[in-house]
Amino acid sequence: MELSFTLGWIDYTIMIVYFAFVLGIGYALKRYMKSSSDFLTGGKSIPAWITGLAFISTNLGALEVMGMAASGAKYGMITTHFYWIGAIPAMIFLGLFMMPFYYGSKARSVPEYLKLRFDEKTRGFNAVSFAVMTIFASGISMYALAMLMETLLGWNFTLSIVISAMIVLVYTYLGGLKSAIYNEVLQFFLIVIGFLPLVFLGLLSIGGWDGLKTQLAEVAVSHGYAVGAWTETWRPVAHAADNPMGVEWFGIVMGLGFVLSFGYWCTNFLVVQRAMAAGSMSAARKTPLIGALPKMFIPFLVIVPGMIAIALTSNPDSGFALPLKGNGYDYDKVIPLMLGYYFPAGVLGLGLTALMASFMSGMAGNVTAFNTVWTYDIYQSYINPNKSDKHYLWMGQMATIFGVLVSIGAAYMAKLFNNVMDFLQLIFAFINAPLFATFLLGMFWRRTTGHGAFFGLLSGTTAAAIHHGLTQPAGATSLIKGGWLGMVVHQYPSEMAQNFWTAIFAFSTCLILTIIISLLTKQAKSKEELTGLVYSLTPRTKDDSKHWYQRPQVLAIIIGIIAVILSILFW
Amino acid sequence: MEIDIRLPIGFMFTLLGLLLVIFGLTTEGDPELYRRSLEINVNLWSGLLMLVFGGLMLLFGLRAKRSKTK
Repeated sequence: MELSFTLGWIDYTIMIVYFAFVLGIGYALKRYMKSSSDFLTGGKSIPAWITGLAFISTNLGALEVMGMAASGAKYGMITTHFYWIGAIPAMIFLGLFMMPFYYGSKARSVPEYLKLRFDEKTRGFNAVSFAVMTIFASGISMYALAMLMETLLGWNFTLSIVISAMIVLVYTYLGGLKSAIYNEVLQFFLIVIGFLPLVFLGLLSIGGWDGLKTQLAEVAVSHGYAVGAWTETWRPVAHAADNPMGVEWFGIVMGLGFVLSFGYWCTNFLVVQRAMAAGSMSAARKTPLIGALPKMFIPFLVIVPGMIAIALTSNPDSGFALPLKGNGYDYDKVIPLMLGYYFPAGVLGLGLTALMASFMSGMAGNVTAFNTVWTYDIYQSYINPNKSDKHYLWMGQMATIFGVLVSIGAAYMAKLFNNVMDFLQLIFAFINAPLFATFLLGMFWRRTTGHGAFFGLLSGTTAAAIHHGLTQPAGATSLIKGGWLGMVVHQYPSEMAQNFWTAIFAFSTCLILTIIISLLTKQAKSKEELTGLVYSLTPRTKDDSKHWYQRPQVLAIIIGIIAVILSILFW
Repeated sequence: MEIDIRLPIGFMFTLLGLLLVIFGLTTEGDPELYRRSLEINVNLWSGLLMLVFGGLMLLFGLRAKRSKTK
């Protein structure tokens, strides 16, 4: 299938209008940037519905959109577990139980919370690893976008990188976190409206959901999986052999649902920062809950197109086929190919602009998280403390420029080395999964000590590395996929299954060792120092919502019920 | 005085919606263009959807602004 489009004037006009608005928002916010907290934390003044949409939009980067569609093609409806059993419960937990400590403490970032709760070394470890990861994450998404523009539109790689980086730089430099958040809301709506016609046309052409089900049943049976392997969520995971992911319900619930999702949504400063920018405690707690409402329906937008793509590929009359790569399909091409297959000039420009918007929201999210952690947790803490706030505002702006420039370097590194992306995702998993154990203990068990947290975290990361070094997914060809310790103790049916178990091992090791070391060491923090940081020492907050139905608990129950209904509908 | 994000969102979607509606109307019945979208004028429909969404955003944004200045 052909993988290049020619765009008409209408497509370019849509792109240009979008870019003009993005830059305009940054420019309009410029005059409000008077202190470092205006710039780096949004001045804690943003309404909950805006932070809520930004909360999920920053995660809806290009890699996520293309990756979820790819997983939809490769694994089918099981991919929704990333949402309905993964993100949603984690977001509810963050809003109800963890947000009071993040927002209520005087911390301006996740690493700073670690400093207040534990000690300097735990914060340093988290701040440095987080800063490095965000830079690489934004560089890699920049690389992915430039590659896409090169193959689809024949744009020059360097030119694509420079233009997209400059646009993100200008609006984050001018308006800081607030500008990033406002643009994320704009980008969210654009992504939804841009991809909606794709799902609509795809389902229409294939005979609706029932038609998709019939066609995918044939695909599933021909591979030897259960009939509903691609179109159901829980039935195929009763046995690992029934589904293409090769996981059973325990791996899903514990590995993905509990450890990986809670680790990501509850401790990653990238998303938590959006909630911390809210105008009040009540708004901060409602941020992840309001975000969860649209989040539940994102699978229909990004996973279903992947499923349609695999059904079209298996039907020789459709004229659509995913390109081959190695032993399987090149799943990452699902979204661009589908856009080209269904979209005429006009909406094609809209779809591509939506893809660029998703890339920008992901990158701006990383840059604004980086400049905060750099300025407050590294620069102000270790390099140059006790300066005027004006100095730190300046530093925040410099860090924004620096972050974007280094990301460009990271993008070229990704171009040089094929495996950089796999490698970094791996390291990210090593660092994130145990972190949730640290937070869980830190927030709910006051006896947890600084030494316990630090060494628990370190050994959790080590455990993840060892597990990964001793296991392999089926069909692994490079050491990046595992088994680099020279011995393969266990072989998993898929990379996903290996990921889930790596996370479970990392989490458990961190949890157990943090408890043991905490019991053996002395608590260095006094009761007063821990007030507001630990559950048992913090007075319950009274919610200031006007109506009962606006309370976080009520919202959480509503979201939970909808998620359960969705799971049952697609059981 | 803060910026109400609903206004720029409303303006952008209204503008893009208008663009797509006009493009859709001028290309109505073009079999070559709409073959891939199953003979459906997706430009017109997407444009209308964006107009409605943009209009609603503008309406809410402007109403909030007016009640504030009063």
